[in-house]
Amino acid sequence: MYTYNDFDDAFVRERVAQFRAQVDRRIDGSLTEDEFKPLRLMNGLYLQLHAYMLRVAIPYGTLNSAQMRQLAMIADKWDKGYGHFTTRQNIQFNWPKLADVPDMLDALADVGMHAIQTSGNTIRNVTADHFAGAAADEIEDPRPVAELIRQWSTDHPEFQFLPRKFKIAVTGSPNDRAVTRAHDIGLRMVRNDAGAPGFEVLVGGGLGRTPMIAEVINGFLPRADLLPYLEAIVSVYNLLGRRDNKYKARIKITVSETGIDEFRAHVDDIFQHLRGEFTGLDQQMLAEIEQSFAAPTFRKAAVDKYDNARAEGPAFRSWSDTNLALHRAPDYAIVTVSLKAHGATPGDATSDQMRVLADLAERFGHDELRISHEQNVILPHVHKSDLPEVYATLRDHGLATANIGLISDIIACPGMDYCALATARSIPIAQEIATRFDELKLEHDIGALKIKISGCINACGHHHVGHIGILGLDRAGVENYQVTLGGDGTETAQIGERAGPGFPADEIVPAIERLILAYLGLRQHPDETFLETYRRLGLAPFKAALYPEKEAAHAA
Amino acid sequence: MSRRPFTPKVVTANALLEGDAVWLTEDDRWTRDMREAELITDEAVADDRLLFAIAQPDVVVGAYLVDAESGDQGPGPSHFREAFRTRGPSNYAHGKQVGE
Ligand code: SF4
Repeated sequence: MYTYNDFDDAFVRERVAQFRAQVDRRIDGSLTEDEFKPLRLMNGLYLQLHAYMLRVAIPYGTLNSAQMRQLAMIADKWDKGYGHFTTRQNIQFNWPKLADVPDMLDALADVGMHAIQTSGNTIRNVTADHFAGAAADEIEDPRPVAELIRQWSTDHPEFQFLPRKFKIAVTGSPNDRAVTRAHDIGLRMVRNDAGAPGFEVLVGGGLGRTPMIAEVINGFLPRADLLPYLEAIVSVYNLLGRRDNKYKARIKITVSETGIDEFRAHVDDIFQHLRGEFTGLDQQMLAEIEQSFAAPTFRKAAVDKYDNARAEGPAFRSWSDTNLALHRAPDYAIVTVSLKAHGATPGDATSDQMRVLADLAERFGHDELRISHEQNVILPHVHKSDLPEVYATLRDHGLATANIGLISDIIACPGMDYCALATARSIPIAQEIATRFDELKLEHDIGALKIKISGCINACGHHHVGHIGILGLDRAGVENYQVTLGGDGTETAQIGERAGPGFPADEIVPAIERLILAYLGLRQHPDETFLETYRRLGLAPFKAALYPEKEAAHAA
Repeated sequence: MSRRPFTPKVVTANALLEGDAVWLTEDDRWTRDMREAELITDEAVADDRLLFAIAQPDVVVGAYLVDAESGDQGPGPSHFREAFRTRGPSNYAHGKQVGE
């Protein structure tokens, strides 16, 4: 994977030293909070309900074992022994003390990590397919391009004060696991008719208050044109984007108010001019970056240990059915480690679990780990013969829950348990749904289902693109949960439809249960997923299940 | 013209160093226990106390006035968000609920 060169290292160290001085000046009173706030946000430090929170970027979700161990060390030394992995492939520490943060940042720099541009109106951490470099369906590993974008956007002088934050996602697969259509810019690798690799460029997607699915601004952008084209898009946005109204400042509003055709024309103008200014240095850089992402040498060995373990152990079989994905090397598998044990906080890992994952990556996984936007951890390259041992180790540490892609594999943002912007809690709802369906023993029967929960309209929990989305609101001083149905974050992206009035906290889980039981009765066969059934039948039968008393009133 | 009656309030903020919730007491201290807070029933006093709080940027961050109710043991929260601030998160025994 990419390791910092001297320039990267010096840059990050200098930023830590600057921030250390700023923290000192804040503590001795020479900086006011108004002066300090933008500085701490630039370094990923937020103030939440109960404490500060440090958000650390995990570029394109890739970590090695040394980095994972360092995160565990930081969690133990300066936090409460755990970390929270987020939908943007970041990790958040929920309990740092202000005076300790510079030391935490230095410890991160020791392993080539930082918290820069995890906040503010800048280009944020670039996210990527969490199966990048491993997936069988991939055209190319998208991470070299993601790294190129990271280098281009980090501290880019023109783009430190954009109208609003800016998020880019990249995927190298036709199956979109990176939610590219819900990003300010989404990049999907494609090949043109001649077989040359390039990108389909999507622009103006986003969730939040005004959810929108991105539109195609360019159906085929040659690979070499990527940076000048991105720079053209961000420049047009920087000029046209609204700064008068925070709620209208994201590029999705700019694109929809300008119209995609006119927006594209502006971009093309600037692009023609910029293309000449990029003299190929970016392509040289890309070629160098690509070398550090060279695929590991995959081992050839018998896989009968795996076949035997499957034949003999139902628990192992169930786990391997659910948590493994197809690897591009035939004897390998991609392992998704669930951070969603029934009743646990989605996305949380203890420092012990982090160390176990680091050890497994080192022993069995070519030293690679990934964090998914679905808040799980991935061992991207495991030889099938090692899977029984990997499974046994995971099981000993509460990491072998066989639920990937199922009803208890819920995305939940921190909500009002931590987040200062929240209007209601998300975590307890996720915990209750997972626990309830575990009791019912229906999870595997229900099959593929994505529930996503946000604790406010900002939609960090991606509720709009959940097959079932839940949005926590404050209705007259009481927590209230609104349900959306039929959302989809993949290549067939769609914004979910609001089902009707919200439910109080003690009624939301029974409502979800009614909804699921209705689906089980409505599906044509066990392989018809919730989303397929919803697309076939529409909202009405599901609405009837959610609001039975209304139905009864109609019938009366 | 009658004005809306003033609902009782407390001054609250986050501590600068730890970041946790604190409340202003009658004797000008910052307490971690909301029940020790000063319950303010007069609007002019409330404004005055808030200014006093804002003038301490080296001790607290983001001071604000918020509705509170009087209880047997002192002021208590009237909104769930403020109730969470007196306890800590609901997913772990962390924060004020375990005396941290
Ligand atoms: S969706 Fe709202 S509550 Fe949840 S993390 Fe984002 S801002 Fe906070």
